[in-house]
Amino acid sequence: MSTTTNGRTAAKAPGNDKLAEAATWLDDRVGLATLAKKQIRKVFPDHWSFMLGEIALWSFVVLLLTGTFLTLWFKPSMTEVTYNGSYDLLRGVKMSEAYESALHLSFDVRGGLLMRQIHHWAANLFIAAMLVHLMRIFLTGAFRKPRELNWVIGSLLLLLGTLEGFTGYSLPDDLLSGTGIRAADGFMLAVPVVGTYVSFFLFGGQFPGDDIIPRLFTAHILLLPGILLALIGAHMLLLVFHKHTQWPGPGRTNDNVVGYPLLPVYTAKAGGFFFIVFGATALMGGLFTINPVWKFGPYDPSQVTAGSQPDWYMGWPDGALRIMPNWETHLWGFTLSWNVFLPIIVLPGVVFTAVLLLPFLEAWITGDKREHHLLQRPRNAPSRTALLVALMTFYGILWEASGNDLIATHFHLNLNYITYFNRIMVFVGPVLAFIITRRWCISLQRADRDRLLHGYESGIIMRSPEGAYAEKHLPISVDEAYTLTARDRVELPPPPGEVDSNGVANRKARGEGLRWRVRNFWFSHDIEKPTRTELEEAHHHAEHELSVRDDGHQHLTESGYTGDYELDGTPADGHQFDGRHDISGDELRKGH
Amino acid sequence: MTTHQEPEPGNDEAVATTAHGTTPAVVGDPIADPGLPPHEPRPTDVDPHAERRAERQVATLFGLSTLFAILFVVSYFVFDVGKNPTVIAGYGASNVALGVTLGLALLLIGIGAIQWARKLMSDVEIVEMRHPASSSEQDRADAVAALDQGISDSGIARRPLLRNSLIGALAALGLPAVVALRDLGPLPRGDLAVTVWKKGMRLVNDVAGTPIKPSDVEIGQLINGEPAVFFEDKPNGEPKFEGTRLNDAKTKAAIIIVRMKPEDITPPKGRENWGVEGILCYSKICTHVGCPISLWEQQTHHLLCPCHQSTFDLADGGKVIFGPAARSLPQLPIMVDSEGYLVAQSDFTEPVGPSYWERG
Ligand code: HEM
Ligand code: FES
Repeated sequence: MSTTTNGRTAAKAPGNDKLAEAATWLDDRVGLATLAKKQIRKVFPDHWSFMLGEIALWSFVVLLLTGTFLTLWFKPSMTEVTYNGSYDLLRGVKMSEAYESALHLSFDVRGGLLMRQIHHWAANLFIAAMLVHLMRIFLTGAFRKPRELNWVIGSLLLLLGTLEGFTGYSLPDDLLSGTGIRAADGFMLAVPVVGTYVSFFLFGGQFPGDDIIPRLFTAHILLLPGILLALIGAHMLLLVFHKHTQWPGPGRTNDNVVGYPLLPVYTAKAGGFFFIVFGATALMGGLFTINPVWKFGPYDPSQVTAGSQPDWYMGWPDGALRIMPNWETHLWGFTLSWNVFLPIIVLPGVVFTAVLLLPFLEAWITGDKREHHLLQRPRNAPSRTALLVALMTFYGILWEASGNDLIATHFHLNLNYITYFNRIMVFVGPVLAFIITRRWCISLQRADRDRLLHGYESGIIMRSPEGAYAEKHLPISVDEAYTLTARDRVELPPPPGEVDSNGVANRKARGEGLRWRVRNFWFSHDIEKPTRTELEEAHHHAEHELSVRDDGHQHLTESGYTGDYELDGTPADGHQFDGRHDISGDELRKGH
Repeated sequence: MTTHQEPEPGNDEAVATTAHGTTPAVVGDPIADPGLPPHEPRPTDVDPHAERRAERQVATLFGLSTLFAILFVVSYFVFDVGKNPTVIAGYGASNVALGVTLGLALLLIGIGAIQWARKLMSDVEIVEMRHPASSSEQDRADAVAALDQGISDSGIARRPLLRNSLIGALAALGLPAVVALRDLGPLPRGDLAVTVWKKGMRLVNDVAGTPIKPSDVEIGQLINGEPAVFFEDKPNGEPKFEGTRLNDAKTKAAIIIVRMKPEDITPPKGRENWGVEGILCYSKICTHVGCPISLWEQQTHHLLCPCHQSTFDLADGGKVIFGPAARSLPQLPIMVDSEGYLVAQSDFTEPVGPSYWERG
């Protein structure tokens, strides 16, 4: 095997000579080595949550591959033809060429149905992965300086991915997709002043016309994928430039990145993961039907199927549309359809803008201008975590509202009451979610603090001579203690009024006053990690407790009965966790 | 403790770590950084048998993948597509076979590669130092100087005439870009306000195109209707409406015909004689965002839109009684012609379908 690159005989093997020659040829012309020498062994940290973005990336690649396959047969045309293909139930039916070609792909091209189904599953996965990835970035604080721009790019990707999904869903020109386009036309018409013009320009006249499918096709296979590709490229370049964030831990600091090299470990893991994502979507495409367009029939503007649901990611604006009160204003001979314009044009715009600005909002509140490369546990930013959960609740309630008819029929509930309930919950729910989540995070912070100060619960129940029972706490390992404390302290500045002690009128005082109040609200309930003194005191206290002989008296301190008695004797063998023996050298402790 | 530090080839910022304390222990708050824990060898690092086993395992995964790739090709030629999409629990034999073989061929490569990385590639962690994202002060100053030099060489600051005329020319280029898109579509000229309905046009059944007599409609019944012209031919034998033109017209002209007990109906003012013996005709297109409406509850005379559940009371002038739609369902005034068939008295008296700005 002369062409294999066996490391030991590399220099001699003729195959390798050829390879080296080729590399030299290339480097003479493009000078790649300077760049490559750094990047080939670039370090990437490891954590399961870093995989979410990868799922999004690889499902996009799957979409490119399967989508290109589909373009070889799909005909983006609304010209009417009579179906003559393999599917019996529609033979002889008049339909658009687009729909006919989708049927042709499904029934007369081997693997065509598979590719359509992989394409559609991958589209759903793509958007889901982006959304969850975005949530993980937010929850761990990975959007902070210097990564704000990558957050902005990521949000744009989510928006454009959704549009790409909608245009794709519309292409086959079946009854469901046509109904979706019809609704989109209604949305456009609701835009004040220009709505009718936008609609006429997009459809080339009245809905449906014969231009919309070809135009959506161009957007779907050229315009949007091109922009998506460019943005994904920028996203990746910035990732390489910034280097990946990492979780804090022993030896993992804000100034370094610890992990495995790009070649070979990360190449194998990430490259392998592409095959896993592609393979999983291929299995889904083979085993689970999605969008069986032949069952819906061709688009007919006077037909509709009951219970028709768009792809999941279109659900939340649809829910907003459903629970919106039916307001419409007629003024000076013009119509303003608040009932459509607000929930479907204004609301998504506002939500998207808010998401885009989240990093800047948080930076304004915290006033933090440092670079951050260490991730935060969600509990250690209680208000931020609570804000995300509030947003998720908002999203979730609207999403649930888009299935109000299904809920009504499945649970035999009154549609009207569901709608009223949702109208209230969409406002109350996020507030409740915020309060509960923040409380929850703060309790978790408190638990961490207790763990640091008093150690972990060993599971050893001790009985005092009086018959009182208490659980033994043992100190945690240094590594764990360090990891728990590797986070910033919050420094709340004094109120702005007090800062300005020299009596000069502060022009920005009002803005600063607001900011101070928001910052106070944001941080004031957080539980700090213990200081060095507190930690030493707690440990000293624990040692003291341990050294007091069992004299038959309970140990009462300000915090109550601690249950600590001296431990002496030989290392525990499983029978000696009775508080009478020294177990400092035993396994139980070592593990923690 | 032994500290083994060797710069990574090429990547000077990165070092492999094999022992405790490669990064200088910073003064922690409140606990000092204990440094990276020592590297623990895996079974495959120390046991040649385990290593061989892992190697065989990965090779087997790759081998199986090849097998499934071949099986994919076999399935491609063996199974018929299309004829019967319902075999194998409704999924289609060809589709299931192709999907499963392709999926497994891909998955096995992925699992094999990851297994290879986890078991056999070095798992010594590497430390690489970070740098601030910003450039150095010197670089910034140099960049600004270069920019200034370039700008001053161009003279753009000194020659406002050049600058302003260029800005003007570039801005003017926007005009062709916008104007060239003008032919995307015609301007809306009230087209949304009119339909093909006109006085005397027959209401026909939407499937067969048969005209309807009042006696054909039972109380409580709902008929999906269309204007007769959709089923008529031109003198040369071609249909008057077909293809997209038919769809354009249908979008606005689709109707529903219902019959209720005349005493149940409370017609709005001026519409007392828009029906025939309790038979009323409404637009089928929801006034919310335009779905065709079809769910009829004959007991309550309610018509429910399947899209967002707007509900209209057909006994009460098509009024909205629930849901996000704002406007009543437009009603088509009808009568009977000389042969006793239901016909329109006129076009709709208001635009059908979703609201729009110019609608008034
Ligand atoms: C982010 C990227 C993409 C998303 C989210 C997406 C989404 C979709 C969806 C949901 C459909 C409907 C599938 C069905 O029929 O059930 C579709 C159809 C289609 N897509 Fe994509 N797509 C993407 C990229 C692409 C690309 C890059 C191409 C081509 C190069 C492409 C070509 C097509 C074609 C030709 C169809 C119509 C085929 C048919 O429905 O039978 N797509 N797309
Ligand atoms: S289209 Fe009928 S309720 Fe929305």
